[in-house]
Amino acid sequence: MSDVKTPEIGAAGWARWAWRQLTSMRVALLLLLALAVAAVPGSIFPQQPQDPVAVAEYVRDNPTLAPWLERLGFFDVYASPWFAAVYLLLFTSLVGCILPRMRKHARALRTPPPRTPRRLERFPAHSREETELDVATVLDRAERHLRGSGPWPTYRVTRLDDDGVAASVSAERGYLRETGNLLFHTALVGVLVCLVVGDFTHYRGQAVVVEGRGFANSRLAYDSFEAGRGFRPESLVPFRITLDRFESTFDPATLLARDFTAEVTVDEPGREERAGTIKVNHPLSVGGAKIYLMGNGYAPQIEVHDAAGELAFSGPVLFLPQDTVYSSQGVVKVPDVTSGPQIGLVGYLLPTAVEEPAGFWRSVHPLPLDPALVLSVWTGDLGLDAGLPQNVYELDEEGMTQVTEQTAAGERPRTVVVRPGQTVDLPEGLGTVTLGEELPRFVALDLRHDPTLTVILVFALAAILGLGLSLFTPRRRVWVRARHTPEGTTVVEVAALARGDDPGLEAEVDRVRLAIAGQEEER
Amino acid sequence: MNIAEMSTMLVWGAATAYAIALVSFTMLLARKADAGVAARQAAVVGAGAPAPGAADLDPASPTPGRAKAEGIARSTVLVGLALHAGAVVTRGIAAGRAPWANLYEFVLVGALVAVLVLVALERRRTIPFLGTAVMGIVVLFLAVAQVNFFVPADGVQPALQSYWLVIHVGVAVIATGVFTVGFVTSVLQLLRAGRARGGALASPRWGWLATTPGVGALESLAFRLNAVGFVLWSFTLVAGAIWAEHAWGRYWGWDPKEVWTFVIWVVYAGYLHARTTRGWAGARAAWLVVVAYVCVIINFTLVNLLFPGLHTYAT
Ligand code: HEM
Repeated sequence: MSDVKTPEIGAAGWARWAWRQLTSMRVALLLLLALAVAAVPGSIFPQQPQDPVAVAEYVRDNPTLAPWLERLGFFDVYASPWFAAVYLLLFTSLVGCILPRMRKHARALRTPPPRTPRRLERFPAHSREETELDVATVLDRAERHLRGSGPWPTYRVTRLDDDGVAASVSAERGYLRETGNLLFHTALVGVLVCLVVGDFTHYRGQAVVVEGRGFANSRLAYDSFEAGRGFRPESLVPFRITLDRFESTFDPATLLARDFTAEVTVDEPGREERAGTIKVNHPLSVGGAKIYLMGNGYAPQIEVHDAAGELAFSGPVLFLPQDTVYSSQGVVKVPDVTSGPQIGLVGYLLPTAVEEPAGFWRSVHPLPLDPALVLSVWTGDLGLDAGLPQNVYELDEEGMTQVTEQTAAGERPRTVVVRPGQTVDLPEGLGTVTLGEELPRFVALDLRHDPTLTVILVFALAAILGLGLSLFTPRRRVWVRARHTPEGTTVVEVAALARGDDPGLEAEVDRVRLAIAGQEEER
Repeated sequence: MNIAEMSTMLVWGAATAYAIALVSFTMLLARKADAGVAARQAAVVGAGAPAPGAADLDPASPTPGRAKAEGIARSTVLVGLALHAGAVVTRGIAAGRAPWANLYEFVLVGALVAVLVLVALERRRTIPFLGTAVMGIVVLFLAVAQVNFFVPADGVQPALQSYWLVIHVGVAVIATGVFTVGFVTSVLQLLRAGRARGGALASPRWGWLATTPGVGALESLAFRLNAVGFVLWSFTLVAGAIWAEHAWGRYWGWDPKEVWTFVIWVVYAGYLHARTTRGWAGARAAWLVVVAYVCVIINFTLVNLLFPGLHTYAT
């Protein structure tokens, strides 16, 4: 037995107190502000998921500060425990806040408007006049006007018999305000749930596809693949995409990119083969996934024959564009030579090549108007046998030597220039290199599957709808009281009250008055 | 003169008109303030001394020269608005697309929206303090845009070619314009409340404050403006996410621009909460508007210029 002085009741009391604090408006407000503050560092410091290179650079440049930032999660703010703490507390508070409000609102929706207050003249929006009409007519007209003629009543109205001589109408509108508010807050919870579920079940892969070739939707076909912890392989529908054609257009004056279009053939299991296009901003939906066009470039068809004249390499090689005129860099690795050292060709593909001044090549247009491949030649050991993964876009210069030549200006790398359809001798009798007649394009595709996409959009739009209702629905009460006078006339009093500021209140009272007088406002 | 140059000319024309309107509004304000002081002095003679700022009233009696200044102010705003609208349209024609794809155009159109909101609010009666403040900000915006952010009219890169550019950025610009006027109103609310508390703001130098509507009226106007801005901003956020989903394959990636759009949204949400939170309603809530608007400005200046991200329409 423990001898704790404050047993269950104390703990429960504490818990209740903490819960009441957490779900109070003030704490909700502080948590909101904390969320705003907590989000800012992620825009100031480089973030690991978005830009790991920048993080590495930052760490190198700030050796004292960086380890601390690292430890505190400043390089991955949105996955850090403190950021999660803020939004989880906020959403706990939110749920704790909306549940009781929903209960209360449900009750309010079933309760008739409150009794007419005794003294209507104390309300700021108030009118009083005498009329010849009898009490019943006055109240009938008031009631009809307040209910309105729409599909559902503008005001909820009850008729009350105040004290025999006087009778009144009590009306209330604006229940939609709280409905909208609850819809808004609930939808926010929905958005958060979708974010979590989406993160858990999604998958995403990147693949590079050359014109005329295709790729199958399987983990192995991707250059990189990443999935949530709840990812099930069944969600990877085994479709096939073939890139038939890629086209790009450029502004003739500035040469800046204007449009990219990838024409593809889609082969989805259980469906007819069909054509599709993928453009920037216009992903293609296939098998529950969306395929995005993320990049493009040239993949020239290159053949290398070795010194013995044997075909040592043949295939398209990706050249990555480095600038707006598509000066593209690439590497050809030729390990399988009949004899002698392995060959590495490093250099540029220039879609519209000019040599200016002599020996210096550059591209002047992104489209292949006059392409040339400008390569320098390396020999030695490519280092492919070490078993280590290698970057296909880089040559490991460790075991290689560059072929150079003596010129008047000194020793310079030897370069070979190949035009489409040409075969050019490699220096030192290493063999030949051939550039294909056509210049195929490649595209970098990004494929993403997130089953929550539609639901999250619905929640987001519901939130905006709820917000609009909540902010712009006027919430008013209107009372009309009619009282017989001994002189046989009727005194009509109209009063209105609004929650919060409501500039339309006086006008509302005027409209009710006119309706009672039988002069419905023209609509 | 080609159409792009015409747009630039029109911007300067609009800025000039607005500057004249600014001066007229200021004169109007000064006259009203003088009249207010006179009225108060009369009141002091008549009854007990009212608390400073408490008896601030809107002198309805027209003062000499007031009608003229008012006429000049109102008409130059409209002239400026016409030139300004012309500048935006010609810019769009010169670029061959919706004219809000870079910071320069963003400021240009945001300022136009602010003036439109002003004109809408002043439809029935001239509110010199709003006119002065909005004209001041708009002239500043146009000048800074021309001098610091100007880029020649041109088409846009493929990632920006989308109707979502028109929708997302268009709504963001409108929201910014509305927030601008909301901010001005909240600042006036704070000044006015400060004056009621006495201190430096109760001195005669700040006499013009007496001509603004009361704290309550300013608060409710600021709320309506900021609420409209907030709904528009929520829409901007959602539309941006949809566009990002189309263009980049993810609807949210904590890109610096996304971070700040989110921060702005959360701070304005904080403001809306604060209005109904005990101890926060009133001045504290208004301070949140100031913070939120500073975030808006940071979003369009520092974030564009300092933090690289996918949103490339920085310069
Ligand atoms: C995820 C964070 C939240 C956001 C972004 C948010 C946003 C908003 C916004 C924009 C409004 C004003 C519009 C309207 O009246 O509907 C509002 C109102 C309100 N919120 Fe929240 N809210 C959040 C969390 C919470 C929490 C945790 C609570 C409860 C403690 C709460 C309680 C309320 C209440 C009671 C109102 C109505 C205020 C009034 O009388 O107008 N909210 N919220």
